[in-house]
Amino acid sequence: MIRRLLERFTATDLIMWVIGGAIMALILVGSTATISAGKYSLKHWIDFMVFGLAQGSIYALIALGYTMVYGVLRMINFAHSEVFMSGPYTAYFVAAFFHRSCLLESHPVLSMFMVLLVSMAVSTLVAYLLERIAYRPLRTAPRLVPLITAIGASFFLQYTFRGLYGSGFQAYPVVKALEKHWDILGVRILGFQVVVIVAAALMMGALYLFVQKTRTGKALRAVSEDKESAALMGIDVDRMISMTFVIGGMAAGAAGVLYALMFKQVHFFMGFIPGIKAFTAAVLGGIGNIPGAMLGGIFLGFIESLGPSLFLDGLGIVAPYQLKDAIAFTMLVLVLIFRPTGILGERLAVKKA
Amino acid sequence: MRKVLVVGISLILTLSLASGLALAAKEKAKKEDFKYDDPIGVVKIKPGQPIHIAYWFVVAGPDASLGTDTKRGVEIAIQDKGGKLLGHPIKLTGQDTGCNAEGGQAAATKLASDPTIVAAIGSNCSSEARPGAPILWKAGIPTVSPSNTAPYLTDPKRGPEYDGYLRTAHNDRVQGAVAAEFAVKKLGVKKAATIHDGSVYAEQLQAVFAETFKKLGGTITAQEAVAPTDTDMRPVLTKIATGQPEFIYYPIFIAAGGHITRQVKEVAGLEKVYLMGADGMFSPDFYKAAGEAAVGMFHSSPDFSAFAEGYKDFLEKHQKKYGEKPLAPFHAHAYDAAMMVFAAIEKVAKKAPDGTLYIGRKALRDALYATKNFKGITGTLNCDQYGDCADPRIAVYQTTEENVKKLVMPDKPFWKPY
Amino acid sequence: MAAEKSRLGWRKPVKIGLVTGAVGTLVALVGMVEAFSYRLIVADLLSMGHALIFSVLIFGAILGARGARPAQAWLKGGITGVVASSLLGVLVLLGRIIPLRAVFINASPELFNLLSFGQEGFAGILMICAAGLLSGVLAGGMHVLPDPIRPALIRALGAVVGAGVLQDMLRPILVAWGPLWDIGELVFDANGLTPEGALGILVGVCLGYLGWEKKGRGLAARTETLPPRARKLLRVSWVSFLVALLLLLPQLLGLFLSEVLTIVGLYVLLGLGLNIVVGFAGLLDLGYVAFFAIGSYTVAILTSPELGFFQLSFWSALPVAVILGALSGILLGIPVLKMRGDYLAIATLGFGEIIRILVLSDFLRPWLGGAQGIGKIPKASLGGFEFRTPQELYYLILVGCLLVGFVSWRLRESRIGRAWMAVREDEDVAQAMGINLVATKLLAFATGAAFSALSGAIFATKLGSVYPHSFNVMISINILCLIIVGGMGSIPGVIVGAAALVGLPELLREFAEYRLLVYGAALVAMMLLKPEGLWPEAVRKRELHEGEQEPEVVDAGLKMG
Repeated sequence: MIRRLLERFTATDLIMWVIGGAIMALILVGSTATISAGKYSLKHWIDFMVFGLAQGSIYALIALGYTMVYGVLRMINFAHSEVFMSGPYTAYFVAAFFHRSCLLESHPVLSMFMVLLVSMAVSTLVAYLLERIAYRPLRTAPRLVPLITAIGASFFLQYTFRGLYGSGFQAYPVVKALEKHWDILGVRILGFQVVVIVAAALMMGALYLFVQKTRTGKALRAVSEDKESAALMGIDVDRMISMTFVIGGMAAGAAGVLYALMFKQVHFFMGFIPGIKAFTAAVLGGIGNIPGAMLGGIFLGFIESLGPSLFLDGLGIVAPYQLKDAIAFTMLVLVLIFRPTGILGERLAVKKA
Repeated sequence: MRKVLVVGISLILTLSLASGLALAAKEKAKKEDFKYDDPIGVVKIKPGQPIHIAYWFVVAGPDASLGTDTKRGVEIAIQDKGGKLLGHPIKLTGQDTGCNAEGGQAAATKLASDPTIVAAIGSNCSSEARPGAPILWKAGIPTVSPSNTAPYLTDPKRGPEYDGYLRTAHNDRVQGAVAAEFAVKKLGVKKAATIHDGSVYAEQLQAVFAETFKKLGGTITAQEAVAPTDTDMRPVLTKIATGQPEFIYYPIFIAAGGHITRQVKEVAGLEKVYLMGADGMFSPDFYKAAGEAAVGMFHSSPDFSAFAEGYKDFLEKHQKKYGEKPLAPFHAHAYDAAMMVFAAIEKVAKKAPDGTLYIGRKALRDALYATKNFKGITGTLNCDQYGDCADPRIAVYQTTEENVKKLVMPDKPFWKPY
Repeated sequence: MAAEKSRLGWRKPVKIGLVTGAVGTLVALVGMVEAFSYRLIVADLLSMGHALIFSVLIFGAILGARGARPAQAWLKGGITGVVASSLLGVLVLLGRIIPLRAVFINASPELFNLLSFGQEGFAGILMICAAGLLSGVLAGGMHVLPDPIRPALIRALGAVVGAGVLQDMLRPILVAWGPLWDIGELVFDANGLTPEGALGILVGVCLGYLGWEKKGRGLAARTETLPPRARKLLRVSWVSFLVALLLLLPQLLGLFLSEVLTIVGLYVLLGLGLNIVVGFAGLLDLGYVAFFAIGSYTVAILTSPELGFFQLSFWSALPVAVILGALSGILLGIPVLKMRGDYLAIATLGFGEIIRILVLSDFLRPWLGGAQGIGKIPKASLGGFEFRTPQELYYLILVGCLLVGFVSWRLRESRIGRAWMAVREDEDVAQAMGINLVATKLLAFATGAAFSALSGAIFATKLGSVYPHSFNVMISINILCLIIVGGMGSIPGVIVGAAALVGLPELLREFAEYRLLVYGAALVAMMLLKPEGLWPEAVRKRELHEGEQEPEVVDAGLKMG
């Protein structure tokens, strides 16, 4: 038994474990150094975690789109970041109109709901058209071909929206009701953080139930397992794939409005970075897996918020927040070294990826 | 492949046929007795032909707003000239530089290969100018940058290949030091933190600030950095808060600057801290980005007080022409750069009896360097021997509630170092 | 029956007309029409903005008239044109009544003037529809023209538009060629072609094409029947002509085109490297720019006096850069060995970002220069000759490309090359056949990385300064696109892909604002129409054609279900 284990344990495995171990050791040393230095109080750490949770919820919502498309089509929908951008950017004009006509102040819930609706509608439309025009004709093409189409579509959408709405950014109006904050046990919780976290949790829960419990959800899962057999069972595969894009688009449109509420700026390039982060989150959690996307998103949010202070500050590294993304990607590689298919992604990935 | 060949061959055939005709026509019109010498070269512009000015800005990609903003400044300058210079129409063409060194090099090479170009305006990012400016000057094209602020470009040790380079943007050395003096002398601050965004501009400014601040007896509690695309600044601000600074200097650009300004107030321990930015976000757009959080904040920027009238005019024209407010802070510098080039051309151009305009390349460069007391909308421009033309009078402004509400920049300086 | 047929006949052009109109509206609202209108193709006659609108209309009309009987073709084309242009008319009408500009920034009064040919009110709308009708009828009518004339006319029109669009590039070349300057003066006005020049090109290309169709085809056919010795001679002379052309190219093309050639050359080097990783071994690497950065920064650190650690010459730094590149390829390779497909993609993308962030960081600033980059990198010199201008650098890059091209060609034909392909096709099967997966994959990563580092090293000396911002993820994406557009796994494909995706956009730098928009649309169109790439590998092409038969089977299955 032990001999067989040793045989399977090759030199490269050793190197991998050494690399992984070295990173872990560095993290441990850095964390202990930071904590023993006592620069940060418990309150600071809780603050970091709240920030991370809010940011991570948005990543998780975008990651849903990536992960669902991947689950069904086994392709990276690179243009999903533009699906995320198109909704809130268009809805800005609605929000600005409500703001000018003072509706936002008098009926904040109703008008934000309208903004959300417009954003989700536009994102959904873009996602649907994307699938019809750019991906459907390529169903049987080699794996990299739709990836390139997706990249092309991403550029096209970015610069189309830039041409339509301009290259500057637009500032979302402030919703007074969300600017409140509460101090709970000395920790400051901001209004929109609550909204973002609650809304994201609700939406992800609803989606999870939809996929697990409804007939359509069952059909979706069947298509993602095996398209041909699903077709034989009488499932309209094309419709299910469109449905996937529609759901992903709706989630992205909603995430876009939450993002706009949190950061107040929208512009044509806003999708790119959150898109890459969300994709990372999806992979981290195990791509093709819906709870994995949520977990990955929140994990990534935590790492970005906590990581630089916790791991690097104690080591005396200057400007650690500049290295935020480097830490996030290092953690990704670390997770993938020990679990090559992501945190929850065992089942699907082994078979097809 | 073959089809391309066919098209090519037939093109050549047509062209050679045409050249015969052209030669015949030229024989008839050959009488040039007008003399105009220039050690580098002369651009000849026939009557009715345009004077060709080129920009090299970043007009595509994520930094596009910077380039579009400066391009519009140049376009408004041309419009103000009625589109004409010395009776010739002005032709503006341009190249995208991408805000990186290789883009700057490619754009400059493209401009350098067009002999009709008289002068260039650009670049935007200092990293573009470093390889680009020597290429342009090798072709005899002087270039005036509206937004390069890196000290290196007008350093006495920069080398003769930069002889054709000037700028209307101010050197980072001046502005960074002004901010530090303001913090210590006016506000009496002892502890400060800085944030930059990894750009050549911001990194340099905060370095100069930190250096001067320490020299004046202050302590720097943190020198942090973010990415220009970052949105969630609360973690980095929380880290800064642990050093308990009284003053945060973040000379970055509008988007990230807006996020920091808004989020500072949400971080415990930073409620009363002084905030200061630089001219990179001294723009009405910044108030859109930062909202009411910007009230009370300081900015260093050129002293507009004497020239506010011209600037107001400019803003009105901008709104009318493009349907929106300026996108970035360097439109006025671009306007001035273009006007400076036009003035220099007017100074050195000579008209031959047959109406052809002659512009000497060396003469034009010398005229640009000789610019003195030039009234621009960013101040009075005086070029020194290394091409620094900006009015070095940098003042500090404070934002009031009124400013944010009406989206107009403060026009009266809060403090001046001179 | 007949009525039903004709009704179906109408529906298609109307539908295509609506789509065309939507595309035209989008093109107008995105701002392309107005931005292009400042450039003239034919002076005082045709601006690029109008040419753009017309070409959208004409293209739509050709689609609308496709497959129609000759007698109906012009009618169907006309319908498509009118439907499409009336949508534009609606846009103008709307734009003049409500302030569209509050949302669509490019819906300026100038745009509406352009679209309606300067006419106010109802006359303007009529003008638009008339233009649509005219271009539609003409485009439809083109179907009726007999075969050699139609392609000749299309090519001639294309040549005129091409000459107009590329005027800023053609003019300096003509200047560089001395005597041709006079032709340039005759053909080109200050802004656009002269009407005579445009007509000359039109007629010339038309006649040239027709002449070739008549005589040239026969000539080409005759070479095929030549005796083998003569054919060999022909081939040798053709090759030697190509070699001579390759050597003389920078002198013939002038400054800017040589610069474009050098950029394309650097991307060919990069593409050949990534082609080994993705094309041969099938490992999707999205962080390829990291090795490019490692090559550049190695040369910069070793040669630049600015940091002052070492001051080696370019030639002594070059091997270090390449070896470091290969080593970092292995270093990246080991942790990602077990990952497959998209896990690999995101892990490598992360690696690329990590390298960029480290290079930019304040933390490593004393050693890597931080945000201010590293400047004063010396030029490569060889026995007193310095590679300084693009025309000189061209030779350096040409040698690099030939070397790397040769190596990757030999590698592909070798044992290891076949092992790579086996891994690409199926990892598990390859392993079962006795291929050492670890060694094979690591070798692919190392070779690809070494090529990339070589490209980076030349890039550093070409620019004279390196900045972290030059090494972002877009470069990796661009390289991936170019090898797939060229044809995955194909060595000539890399060259074609680099020329198409790097060279062409570089030539059209002045349209920078719309460059990426067009680039994106072209990528999508390219993949839809020719997924195997521009110059595919023979095996790959066969595979794809096999693949094409599969969907029918699936479809049949679907219908049965």
